[in-house]
Amino acid sequence: MNIVQPRILTDRIGTARTTFVIPRNRQGWRYWKDAIASQGMGISTFAACLLIVVIAGALLDRAWPILSVESPKALVTSETWHPIKGQFGFWPFIASSLYVTLIAMALAVPAALFSAMYLAEYTRLRGLIKPLVDLLASIPSVVYGLWGVLFVVPLVRDHIGPASNDTLGQIIPFFATNNPTGYGLLAAGFVLAIMVFPFVMSVTEEVFHSVPQEMREASLALGATHWETTKAVVLRKSLPGVIAAVVLGFSRAFGETLAVLMVVGNVVQVPGSLFDAAYPLPALIANNYGEMMSIPLYDSALMTAALMLLIVVLTFNIGARLVLVRLNPETAA
Amino acid sequence: MMNRRQRRHLEERFFKGVMRLSLFLALGVLGLIIVTVTQKGIGSLSWSMLTKSSEGGFYLGKEGGILNAIVGSLYLAAGATALALVLGLPVVFYLHAYIGKSSLANAVRLAFDVLWGIPSIVYGAFGFILMLMIGMRASLLGGIITLALVELPILVRTMDEVMRMIPHELTESTYALGTTRLELAGILLRQTLPGLVTAVLLAFGRGIGDAAAVLFTAGYTDNMPDSLMRPVASLPLAIFFQLSTPFPEVQARAYASALVLTILILVISLLARLSLRALGRHVIR
Repeated sequence: MNIVQPRILTDRIGTARTTFVIPRNRQGWRYWKDAIASQGMGISTFAACLLIVVIAGALLDRAWPILSVESPKALVTSETWHPIKGQFGFWPFIASSLYVTLIAMALAVPAALFSAMYLAEYTRLRGLIKPLVDLLASIPSVVYGLWGVLFVVPLVRDHIGPASNDTLGQIIPFFATNNPTGYGLLAAGFVLAIMVFPFVMSVTEEVFHSVPQEMREASLALGATHWETTKAVVLRKSLPGVIAAVVLGFSRAFGETLAVLMVVGNVVQVPGSLFDAAYPLPALIANNYGEMMSIPLYDSALMTAALMLLIVVLTFNIGARLVLVRLNPETAA
Repeated sequence: MMNRRQRRHLEERFFKGVMRLSLFLALGVLGLIIVTVTQKGIGSLSWSMLTKSSEGGFYLGKEGGILNAIVGSLYLAAGATALALVLGLPVVFYLHAYIGKSSLANAVRLAFDVLWGIPSIVYGAFGFILMLMIGMRASLLGGIITLALVELPILVRTMDEVMRMIPHELTESTYALGTTRLELAGILLRQTLPGLVTAVLLAFGRGIGDAAAVLFTAGYTDNMPDSLMRPVASLPLAIFFQLSTPFPEVQARAYASALVLTILILVISLLARLSLRALGRHVIR
């Protein structure tokens, strides 16, 4: 490797001047630059990847005051939430998060699956509809929340709630309602379903699309109908990918904050019915950051909530991504 | 009694119908959101809302506008996108010019995919912890740093996908001319510029629309942003706060603000998609 050093240069007129110049052999300098860039970029890349660990570490550090006095099991399963008395039971929030997300997935996944099938297998409009869905997916969450307040909440309050209460609610308590406001699990689940639909559809559609055309042809040649081919060949072949997409969608919905917060009602309770108000983990963090420094251990409790979110999301994400990568190393989403 | 053939035919028709219905319903609901927001917002949208800052009492129903929030959001997102680009470009170059198609590169991709999945409220909490550690208050700078972390994986993975489209022959002929890997990175950048503009615009749009990350870190204010160290207003939070007030006339302003935000985001997303086509003329394919 050449080293840049000062040397005397004589230009054409003959006046000598001392200067730092690139070595006569430019090759050396180029490799030198390349080596520096390699080191620098490598370091920044791995620093960025370490961000996951740093975030987890910082949250753990902040959550430690409460984790060291209370066992994680007690924190997760306890139902009493009295920050002023120093009682932090996270079960109402965890249960709310799970319910809201599961309702959202139950609504979104079938629609997303069938839509993705239609786009990948049945129509030539893929090039038109996919960009449109992507475009709609870029609408910010606060707008979804606002729409939830304007449209979904009144709908649940005036129509779905009473209707469900008078029919199914008479038999199964889960479908009965004693919450006249409309703000609650179902409204939040519905809004969330709309939000994750484009994502789940996009990923499943990619998975369907990556199934080799020859497999479809083989099935059609055996006399299967279009739907039978889709069901028995495309869907079966891409099942792991579909599951991964659903898991990714779940973890995305699990961490969604503002839209859910706006329509879920925010009452600390373990919801007993589809129409009860709830209080998911992200809403807990977002609603209380203002006073968290004024009550002892409160900030630690909120950071514990953030840590729980992170753990769930990380587990789901890493699992799903590994499946997707294994399925198709080239075009993993 | 139906025979086998009729039954299969019926099944085919039935599921095709179900697929059409679900796609139609989903698109319909997504379209309905835009219609609802436009309908509600257009009535209370006025020129003074866009040109005035919200002075004291705006949230009690007095005069004013959301200019401070619009400008604040643009500052936040622009700063965050610039920072994320500075952090992200070396990563993308490293992935493509240096470690190529190795399993290491795939591990890095996995890490960024996972980072992409972390909810922005967690980034917000992390940014808040960082700011506590260095003794910073809620400010424009804090918001920019946190948003940059949110945008970084989006930027890196989108740019990465664009660079993957480059034909392998181009890389090989570049090397054959005797370039170093760093010089190859320059070529790759030239070649993927339109895609990079798309990635930047997408990240920028995400930065404008994100509320959970700036909730802790950028604070909120009624004034125009004037310093990196002061709190700054943002459009999503303006909507959220306006909607939380009990006054109908302020809530109506939330609808108008939401319309402004939606239009802003849709225009940015459209530009992002169009830029791929418009700027792609000089790309060797």
